[in-house]
Amino acid sequence: MNWLRRAESEPLWKDEFSVHAADERYVTRRQLAKFLVLTSLGMFVGNAWLLVRSLFHREPRFPEMPVMRAGDIPVGGVKLFGYPTDEDRCILVRTAEDSYVAYSQKCTHLSCAVYYAKDRDRFECPCHEGVFAIDGSVVQGPPSRPLPRIILDNRHGVLVAVSVKA
Amino acid sequence: MRDAAEFPPKTRGLTAIAGAISLIAVLLMVQMWLLTATLESYLKDDRQAALPAAIVSGAIFLICVGLYMFVERVDSEVR
Repeated sequence: MNWLRRAESEPLWKDEFSVHAADERYVTRRQLAKFLVLTSLGMFVGNAWLLVRSLFHREPRFPEMPVMRAGDIPVGGVKLFGYPTDEDRCILVRTAEDSYVAYSQKCTHLSCAVYYAKDRDRFECPCHEGVFAIDGSVVQGPPSRPLPRIILDNRHGVLVAVSVKA
Repeated sequence: MRDAAEFPPKTRGLTAIAGAISLIAVLLMVQMWLLTATLESYLKDDRQAALPAAIVSGAIFLICVGLYMFVERVDSEVR
């Protein structure tokens, strides 16, 4: 029926295509707004989930586990062990004659294993050069949280891991 | 400077919708930052931030819903 159409009228495909360009722009913006609001709902759900987790949080119970005998390693020496399970690798350092510290060996950035740099007296992560002080706090690099500390108890010359403090 | 009433309703509607969407996007960025900051503090064993963060996040969500309803209303009025 093309011969019935006037020459200056819009092409046939525009008539047959039911969505006009201006309307389409409206629809797209509305869809974008809807998508953004749904994303906002997702963020709120995330925050609400953290709130529920915080309200119903119970302190975890950790087993008591002997790590080693005090004095088994020299000052500046390191002992690796697993706590609370064998998969949770931890690092114990003898910092002085009668002083021991232990931390989770997982870097708080992306869980690479940190090691003790004896010459600098600090823990270093080889993956992204995160550095932790001997007290577990962050010195430099991408980690934003300190290393979880393993609480040790010296019981008649035996160092016993009793809990984990995040 | 031309008065806003001189512009056709569709143009004014598009401007209002674009403004509302921009505001929603800014609020969404604040909400994302809020969620990451709350998660960081939660992982640090600091659970005090969870309640105020959830309240603020909920308020931002309600504002976003209000802006979305505004977009819908403007859209239906100028269409």
